[in-house]
Amino acid sequence: MIEQIPLTHILFLSTALFFIGAYGFLTRRNMITMLMSVELILNSVNINLVAFNRYLHPNIDGAIFTLFIITIAAAEAAVAIAIIISLYRKIKSIDPEQADELKF
Amino acid sequence: MTAYQIWFYIIASMILGGALLAVTARKIFRAAIALLLSLIGIAALYYWMQYEFIAAVQTIVYVGGIVVLIIFSIFLTHNPGHTIEEPVSIREAFAFTGCFVGFAFVFSLLNKYSFEQTGDALNNNMQVADVGRALLSTGVGSYLLPFEAVSFLLLAAMVGCIVIAIKTRTK
Repeated sequence: MIEQIPLTHILFLSTALFFIGAYGFLTRRNMITMLMSVELILNSVNINLVAFNRYLHPNIDGAIFTLFIITIAAAEAAVAIAIIISLYRKIKSIDPEQADELKF
Repeated sequence: MTAYQIWFYIIASMILGGALLAVTARKIFRAAIALLLSLIGIAALYYWMQYEFIAAVQTIVYVGGIVVLIIFSIFLTHNPGHTIEEPVSIREAFAFTGCFVGFAFVFSLLNKYSFEQTGDALNNNMQVADVGRALLSTGVGSYLLPFEAVSFLLLAAMVGCIVIAIKTRTK
């Protein structure tokens, strides 16, 4: 079944996803879309862990790591959105280049 | 080409197409919907690899949680139909070159290295009971301490979010 697709194809997929996310992170000037790019990068790491676990490792450690990464990504996204909303209240913009003061 | 392989390529094109749209779309709401498509594709990939529990967690946390949170924050901070301005072209060119060179480098490395498959790894199938046992026991191959640490982190993140986003009363 799964041996019909070699492991490297899944790794190509996750590499492409990682660099698409990195491209989005570097070009976007909007905090919400930058957060979306970070989510793509984290997901490419998860794909790698699950694929290596599925193909090479007879245990389920990679899947457990993936569960932890998903949990921490959820916490990170919630905190990031709280920061974005509080910043929007203060400077009426979510462009990171507008937020150039350390203290309000 | 068997149906199993065709499914993989359909899922892969869904993931990459959604991701490309999510980083290039000019309307922010469309970018969020494309991100949703990409995340559903990743859940489908986990399902394709027969990790149904991870697929379910991915669907619940990302599709049901994070994307909804992102859409909420878009509605709180933008007019609907807001168009994002074009990125600066010099920055776009540098980012594209960097990402393309990085992709080509990793691609060539992966092409050179052959991963040895072990026979018993391909036949393992993950039961939900194994996940529960690994998360809630101590010893080799079990994760009770990280589990507790993560639950503490979630509590701290929840309190932190409320403290950061709460409206301070101005007198």
